[in-house]
Amino acid sequence: MEIVLVGLNHRTAPVEVREKVSFTAEQAQRAAEELRSRGILEETLVLSTCNRSEVYGVPPESSHECAPGLSTYLSEFHSVRADILSVSLYHHYDREAVRHLFRVAAGLDSMLLGEAEILGQVREAYRFAHEHGATGPVLNRLFQGALEVGKRVRTETELGTRPMSVASAGVKLAERIFGKLNERRALVLGAGTISEQVVSQLRDRGIAQLHVMNRSRDRADELAKQFSGKVVGWGEWGTALQSPDVVVSSVSADEPVLRRDIVERAMAARGNRALFLMDLGVPRNIDPSVAELYNVYVYNTDDLSEIVQQNRNARESEVPRAQGIVDEHVTKFLSWQASVELVGLVDALRVKMREERASFIRLRMEPMKHLTETDRAHVEKLMDEMLEKLLLEPAERLRGEKELRRKIQNVEALRDLFLSNREKP
Amino acid sequence: MNHLFPILTALAYLLSFSLYVRFLGTGKKLTGRLGTLLLGLGLIAHYFALLERSRGLHTVPYHDLYGSMSLFGWLLALTYLGLELYHRQQSVGAFVMPFILVFFLAAHLAPADRLSPPAAHGATFAFHVTLSILAYAAFALSFVLSVIFLGEERLLRSHKLGNMVWRLPPLELLERMSKSSVLVGLVSIAIGTALGFVWVDRLSSEYSFYDPKYVVTLLVLLLYVVYLRLAGTAAWRGARASRLCVFNFLIVVLSFTVVNLYLSQSHRYF
Repeated sequence: MEIVLVGLNHRTAPVEVREKVSFTAEQAQRAAEELRSRGILEETLVLSTCNRSEVYGVPPESSHECAPGLSTYLSEFHSVRADILSVSLYHHYDREAVRHLFRVAAGLDSMLLGEAEILGQVREAYRFAHEHGATGPVLNRLFQGALEVGKRVRTETELGTRPMSVASAGVKLAERIFGKLNERRALVLGAGTISEQVVSQLRDRGIAQLHVMNRSRDRADELAKQFSGKVVGWGEWGTALQSPDVVVSSVSADEPVLRRDIVERAMAARGNRALFLMDLGVPRNIDPSVAELYNVYVYNTDDLSEIVQQNRNARESEVPRAQGIVDEHVTKFLSWQASVELVGLVDALRVKMREERASFIRLRMEPMKHLTETDRAHVEKLMDEMLEKLLLEPAERLRGEKELRRKIQNVEALRDLFLSNREKP
Repeated sequence: MNHLFPILTALAYLLSFSLYVRFLGTGKKLTGRLGTLLLGLGLIAHYFALLERSRGLHTVPYHDLYGSMSLFGWLLALTYLGLELYHRQQSVGAFVMPFILVFFLAAHLAPADRLSPPAAHGATFAFHVTLSILAYAAFALSFVLSVIFLGEERLLRSHKLGNMVWRLPPLELLERMSKSSVLVGLVSIAIGTALGFVWVDRLSSEYSFYDPKYVVTLLVLLLYVVYLRLAGTAAWRGARASRLCVFNFLIVVLSFTVVNLYLSQSHRYF
């Protein structure tokens, strides 16, 4: 009942390798079937995202023994040379494999610390493997535990609550002023990549209306079409600034394009309704003195980057709490695993003791001819009672006492000690 | 006197406060909902505590300072709960609960003196007082909301966001909540004052119409009408309106303390 994990991620492999070793859903299913049919693993789950490809499994024998076979299989499956793959692959066993998965689900192992998407990807990978019958009792328990860890970390810590990109920080700030953005309007000045990122975030929040203003009309049309917006002619400030609540600017210009007098006139025309300006241009597109105007909030790239940095620090300060949750669940899982294994061990011991008892009685009582059948039956019954007492009590304690199960770290050692067929030295 | 209801009220309010604070820190919806639920339970227990206290002292809740404070706390909690449910926003609970708790605890920890039975002023008078206290509670709530608005607005303008700003209600929602609260206060004080005049009119031989309290109350009414009017205009919407709301509440406090105690002839109860 050991657990093995072989995989690579953004820390161990460059994107060129990661893209070669990634799995589509069909590939994940095929790999899981082949690994089981070849007897490499009894239970399998493939977790493949843009930043990681990992195979979790329960091998029939020792996890350490099956890992090389698993690496070779991955190399063959993806047609990547073994020497290239071997430098990127990591192998984790049992406790470390469990810990790794729980950290992944918590977002502690992600490129962007605390990102939320990974939990959905873990959930989806588990659902897929479970539906295709690739998982069994161990991986079911393991992944249910991982999902619980991810959920707890997201609800009990602030690891994933704060925006971590300039675009999302800007959008979150707009929400601090206006609340939900689904009835709000936005104006985008410039149609570059940064604008696109912010517009994408605004669309995700359901922004009601989007206007695009760009020097190049074609590019403005393109962006407006992509996000179902409308184009406003360059420089038509009177119309453009009257309705939006949020303005995102990332224009390439040496001088500020939004001067104080333009915004002043716009604010008068819009009855001083709050206006949030996101200046993502370098040099700045918005005259700094605009920030002094009543009900106008201006954030430039540096301001937003500073917020992102503060949030990153805040997220990092949450890592110990998240790690605490991970450790708690690792202990819980290992305790469950040990209890299942220990109960199995006790049952196996009982069978072995019965066999030993039968052989012992046969050998030792054979010469005792004076014993009647009743005496023999009586002795056998007494021995049974003694063996049951010796085994039953510890078995019951093992079932009931978590702490005892936790203390017994290596069930295999007990198995070797009591059930090994080797001769005593 | 039975202490069961005061203890239950204090426990419910304290738990509600801690849950609202936790909600502010974590944003966990369930925590916020539990905070609301406990506030509701606290309100029910507080009602019975008020009832029991009044029966025990053979008087109405507003007959003494402590009873008035407890009634004020109850009406503040009731107004806040109404606003929270209407605007579906629980981030303000952590800021309002301390006021409710302070008023409740101060009122119920005070020694219960045996008071003279209240004069039989009748239902008009009872409504006048209760509605006036409700108005003060609603104005207090709008004050708290305006202070939060000003603090948050300052943080956003200075770009010093800190940890809490991400959990506070959006500025525009705070403005709306503050206006709703003022509206509740205005309606209450208008009806309450009108009932007061009706009552005085009936007893004009005993009470004078020329009391500074009337002037200040009408001033408060006027100031809040001005606030509601200005809060939607171009020049005042936002921080300026919130500052006016804070100023108005200072006049309310003045009316409740200095005017009642030193200037008014007919409102010096305590």
